[in-house]
This record gives sequence, C-alpha cells and structure tokens, in this order.
Amino acid sequence: MGAEPAKPAADALEVAQALLARLPGLGPRSARRALLHLLKHRERLLAPLVEALARVDAALARCPVCGNLDVTTPCRICTDPKRDPALLCVVADVADLWALERARLFPGRFHVLGGLLSALDGVGPEDLAIAPLLARLDGVSEVVLALAATLEGQTTAHHVAARLQGYPVRVSQLAHGVPVGGELDHLDEGTLAQALRLRRPL
Amino acid sequence: MERHDAALVLTLLPHGEHGAVVRFLGLREGLVAAYVHGARSRARRADLAPGNRVRLVLRGRLRERLPTATLEVEASRALLAFDPAPAAALAYLVELLAGALPEGEPDPALAERFDALLDRMTGGGDWPAAMVRFERDLLSALGFGLDLGVCALSGRRDGLAFVSPRSGRAVSAAAAEGQPWARRLLPLPGFLCEAEAEGMPAPDAEACAAGFALTGHFLARHVFPERPRAEALRREALARMGLSA
Repeated sequence: MGAEPAKPAADALEVAQALLARLPGLGPRSARRALLHLLKHRERLLAPLVEALARVDAALARCPVCGNLDVTTPCRICTDPKRDPALLCVVADVADLWALERARLFPGRFHVLGGLLSALDGVGPEDLAIAPLLARLDGVSEVVLALAATLEGQTTAHHVAARLQGYPVRVSQLAHGVPVGGELDHLDEGTLAQALRLRRPL
Repeated sequence: MERHDAALVLTLLPHGEHGAVVRFLGLREGLVAAYVHGARSRARRADLAPGNRVRLVLRGRLRERLPTATLEVEASRALLAFDPAPAAALAYLVELLAGALPEGEPDPALAERFDALLDRMTGGGDWPAAMVRFERDLLSALGFGLDLGVCALSGRRDGLAFVSPRSGRAVSAAAAEGQPWARRLLPLPGFLCEAEAEGMPAPDAEACAAGFALTGHFLARHVFPERPRAEALRREALARMGLSA
C-alpha cells in the first residue's frame, strides 16, 4: 500500500471534529464548539495541547506492577517512597484509581483489575488481573476492595475476597450508604437499606 | 403504542453515553428488551439493579422495534449484591433467564416464582431449596420439564427416590432395587416431589445439594451448551452456598 496523499486542510478539520466527537461527553455539536475554541486560541491552547498529547503518546505505558497508566514505568505511585506498601487498594479501572488519587485520601498503593466480572460482556475471572494481585501480596497487611456498589462490582469483590482467603492480609471494602450531602428523601431504597444495615454507634 | 407491565430487571447492556438496553422479565410481556434513557446516570442506576421489581411502561410504534422504557421501582433487590451467596445466585439467575428464555412468550407463573424467590433471598430466609424448585420450573418452562409425580416403571406415586438421567422421569426405590442400571439414576430429594407448604421444615444442605445436582444435570444437557457463562456462574453460586456443582 502506498502512502496516502496529504489531506486538504478542510478535510483535516472534519477529521479533527469527528475525532473530538468520539470523546466521552462530546457529540458533533460540542466537538465543533471545542474545535472552534482551540482554533481561536491557537497559540495558547491548540499548540500546547498538541504538544502535550504527543508527549503523552510517546511516553505512555501501562505500569507492570499495578496496571495504572502513566508516562513512567513503573508508575509514579508505585515508586513513591512516601506510600505505605502495607496498604493495597484494588480498583476495577484506571478511572477509579485516578478518582481516588484526586481525593488524595489513600496513603497506600493501588492495583487495577482491568474490569469487573460480567456475564453480559463475557468477562470471567481469568480476564482480570487477579493472579498479579496475589503475586504482589508480600509485605501487604490490608487489601481494600474499592469496587462499584453494583451486582457486578460486588460479585467481583466477593470473588477477589474468596481468592484472598488463606493469605495473611486483612480484606476490607469501601462503606456503602448515605453520600455526603445526600438527603434521605432523594435516596433509593437499596442505598437506604444498606445504610441502615451498616449503621454505627454514635 | 404504550404497554404497561410489572417486571423484574434482568440485565443491562450499555448503549450510548448514558443509556442502556435493559432486559426485563415482565408478567404480561415475558422477556422483553427496551432502551432506557439515562439508565447509567447517577439518579437511575440504582433503579436498574438486577432483580428489582419495577412498574414498567414500554413505548414504541411497532412491536417489532426496540421500545423505550420508563419505570418506577416497586421493590429494590439492590441489597442482594452485598452478600456473597445471594449475589452470586442472582448474577447466575438473571444471566440464565435473559439468555435462555424466548422473547415475546410470556410466562406469568414463572415470572411470579422468580419474584417470590427474590423476595425470599432478600428476606434472608431459607432460599437454596426455593432456587432448586425455580430451576425445575424453568426447565419446565423451556420445554424440558421433569416428571417427578409418578414412577415411570411402576406407576406408583409413593417411594419416589430417583430420576432417570435420560427421560427426567421419577423412579421409585422399589422399582430400582437390584436393577443393574440403578447406579446411573440421579437421587431425587423428597422436597422436589412435595408441594411447598407453610410451616414445612427447610430441606437440609444434603437435600439441596442433591436437588442442584439433579437440575444441574438437565440444565447441562439442554441449556448450558449454548450458555457456558451461565454454567460458570452457577458453579460460582453453588460454591458461595457451600455446595459443589
């Protein structure tokens, strides 16, 4: 196959718009607005964005230890000496890891499973990074399962907890109940029931 | 065209950014798929927890087209996800029902039995035996019913102790005694022959295990070959219940 001829600028704009429209949260209209904004602020936004994305693209790698995405290998969380190596937080996806990191509340390290058990999507235990999790338990005293409060999330949590049986680690999971700022009359029955079930003395 | 039904949420397939194609088991509609706008939004996610009983409104111009659905929760089963055995059982049952039942062929009795089983699981009562009964009923609904009321050989209604692994018909202990093929028969736990009644003692773990082995044999023969994931989920559910497949 020969090299494709260079596309005219108008085509390139359409391609850029179509690619932006594929991003989560954007449709064709919002992609057009975003693209126009970038074009209007070419020096301040477009050029630095292109440069930053090119740098990320060149350096991006999946951390072989935890499964995080970063521009260093192993990732900066795994190599951070201030992190407590005895605490390990298990998440389903990199997005969950980044959400927890945003809050900067967890002082330990992470492990990304790469999804949740799902019959519908054909994801079985062998498709998740459970074996690598078991292989890195040396020196770990607590594993925190930070998985979704859905049937798939909890089925995965129960499965991982069962696989961790026999290892000398404490297994815990995130609490479920009334969210901060949540008003009771707006909560669903399931959340209320779980909150009531896990009530604590005051 | 607007159709109203009472239904149970089975599975959810993400579609678009916030929506999903959800499969329901309706009393009047049977197995039905519908598009739910905003199904994965924070506000709606809990409404669509598998097993939830909902009041469903389906809208669509033609029956052949995928309808859109709006719903209101009547009974939440979200709590089941937090206990290992019920969570695994629920994951298996919704996968089995969504995959094995034909669409557009309502079976109100089966839907009601599933709802009753979920009620029992939510209530924390004795449910493994009820799950065995439900699997027996599901086999029947799929056209592979077991004939457990009368001995296939003697015609007797008492002393039924086995089931033929081929025909699914009951065999009495007296008829099987001394026969060379008797060792190939599947044990028939007593609770599967009797109608469930109030105050009846709960079958023990051994009887439940025999019941699961019996229904599992016929599910493996007729249903699981095309649904290996359901079989794997059943194994997981039985392990969580402390039983082996």
